Amino acid sequence: MMVSRKLKLMVLILLMSAAFLSGCSTLPKPGPDSEPAMRQKADLIAEGAQLDIEVYDPIEGFNRGAYRFNYYFDKYLFLPIVSVYQFILPDYAERRVSNFVDNVLEFNNFTNNLLQLKFKETGITLSRFVVNTTVGIAGLWDPATKWGMHRQPEDFGQTLGHYGVGHGPYIVLPVLGPSNLRDTTGLITDAVVFSVAGPPAWVDDDDTTMAFTAVSAVDKRKRTPFRYYGSGSPFEYEQIRMLYTKKRELEIAQ
Amino acid sequence: MRRWSAIILLSLLLGFPAAVIAADKPYFYPYVNPLEATVMELPSYYQADIPDKVPTKTFSLTVFPDREIPKVFWYEDGLDFSLVYQKEKAPLVFIIAGTGARFNSPKMLNMQKALYQAGYHVISITSPTHMHFIVNASSTMTPGNLYEDAKDVYKVMQLAMDKVKKNIEVSSFHLTGYSLGGIQAAFVSMLDEEKKIFDFERVLLINPPVNLYTSVNILDSMLTENIPGGINNIDSWMDEVMKKLAAAEKKMGYFELSGEYIYKAYKRFPPREDFLASLVGVAFRTDSSNMVFAADVMKGGGFITPTDVTMTNSTALTPFYIVGNRTSFKDYFEDHFVPYFRAKDPSLTEEKMIKMLSLRNIEPYLRSAEKIGLLHNEDDIILAPGEIDYLAELFGSRAKIFPTGGHCGNMNHQDVVDFMVKFFAGQEG
Repeated sequence: MMVSRKLKLMVLILLMSAAFLSGCSTLPKPGPDSEPAMRQKADLIAEGAQLDIEVYDPIEGFNRGAYRFNYYFDKYLFLPIVSVYQFILPDYAERRVSNFVDNVLEFNNFTNNLLQLKFKETGITLSRFVVNTTVGIAGLWDPATKWGMHRQPEDFGQTLGHYGVGHGPYIVLPVLGPSNLRDTTGLITDAVVFSVAGPPAWVDDDDTTMAFTAVSAVDKRKRTPFRYYGSGSPFEYEQIRMLYTKKRELEIAQ
Repeated sequence: MRRWSAIILLSLLLGFPAAVIAADKPYFYPYVNPLEATVMELPSYYQADIPDKVPTKTFSLTVFPDREIPKVFWYEDGLDFSLVYQKEKAPLVFIIAGTGARFNSPKMLNMQKALYQAGYHVISITSPTHMHFIVNASSTMTPGNLYEDAKDVYKVMQLAMDKVKKNIEVSSFHLTGYSLGGIQAAFVSMLDEEKKIFDFERVLLINPPVNLYTSVNILDSMLTENIPGGINNIDSWMDEVMKKLAAAEKKMGYFELSGEYIYKAYKRFPPREDFLASLVGVAFRTDSSNMVFAADVMKGGGFITPTDVTMTNSTALTPFYIVGNRTSFKDYFEDHFVPYFRAKDPSLTEEKMIKMLSLRNIEPYLRSAEKIGLLHNEDDIILAPGEIDYLAELFGSRAKIFPTGGHCGNMNHQDVVDFMVKFFAGQEG
């Protein structure tokens, strides 16, 4: 069964990443001659003020370790694979793959729009799937967008948020990147529903599903321009943490 | 009549170049407001026709083999630069990136492609104000001193050339840079007159400030004057931005992070002037706080971080982010930059240092150096009143000043790219 294989892979990745993970988050360790900075937070910020950048992050030590793991994973494994993929396939074929992947994954958009009782969006998603699967030849093309039916992305993390579940502690997932307790729960739920009731269940062939999982992962990485420490900021971890949290708030509010 | 048919026939026979016809078309830039010009992406219709991909190799340099890089910069391991190469022997252009930009920022990539298309090798150098440069290649670790930064850049150029010399054949050297990289190019060129290692043939300064101190204070004030309550209200400003995006998404029915989408949203919901200015201000402050943190940590702290502390790869940096964001360039200049250089040379005062950070300080050189040209915009937002006239007078016929384009907003406009390419070929006239 698909779920167990995916689970095994997850465990393997977690074990691999464990090597990088340190204990708890550390404050700068002062030496014997340590002097305070000329400019300090306490002098600049009113006491008790809650800033957006201070996202609830109780397992920061683990998260920074995972962030570091992702940096190396990207650099030495994931991005090289993406490069090979891009080298082998012409751009035209890559676009067909992207459309195909998007079309298959409309399943989760459908279930989550429905769960949030967004009937118009649910209808658009269903129409997109029908149009792209038929006119767009198995989803290789995306005529629906051209006809004004834009994608309505929703996931279970958003559904939880829609019904008032807060984001909980911030979590950096190995390989998958920024998340939080709510969205990680959503991610697992979506994956399980997808494999039990979605396209993998319709196809019912483990090898096909594995191949799809691999291709969609590479395709997704290809389409994500983000590069770890490409921002040029020593505060990238903080900025990503804030932006991720804000972005999810925005998506949930839609 | 006969004369006309003769001309038409002749032009057909010679394959009369379309460029001549295009040259008659006056320069047109879709944004008249200089802030819009600076912030918004140029619609593709006006963009220069450049290749999608060009042959590029990335290299890493160890500039200071003995330097121990603090663990908090665990991801920093040598200074990266890129080479865009021709197969045959060709002239080479060095490009210095603008404030806080890397060798592969979007503006850099566009210039690389345009120059490659015109037959040049291109070596791209990360800005000395970028953390990556400060940590790996800055000798003072205190960016902003144009004389010192020029020495560092010059050294990096030599190391880069050493690294790539077996890959390419070079016939001559040129130099350019935009924004802060533009003013740095002038100082690097002056250094080269003395050292003669590259003996640059042509040097193009693109949208440089006249005085660094003046320009960064203009950029700083865009933040302080346009976010009600200043930086301490950045969170509500951010919420405002998010709400605007959400509203746009709702009305447009979808959202995507692309230049085209933003342009569409922008056309339907034109933002206010103060909002555009605050965007520029926030972007600048972000770059500058990155720079301040790197500069401080590399020298052992004391300014925004405590001295004698160990920071590792899992140290929480949030408090320093908060302080860095509330540190203006003026704070950096007065409380960190000047004291650092004054400790080396007690005769340096704040006033003296402000004067040093200026094209006016090397005016005689700029006046006499025929090789140096200027590409600028009349409405550049980083210039103080009168400065564009000063530049026009200083460079005379070697200045090309477009009426609109803001600060570097038109760098990928067809007319601007055409000028740039012609300049290095010595045909800009």
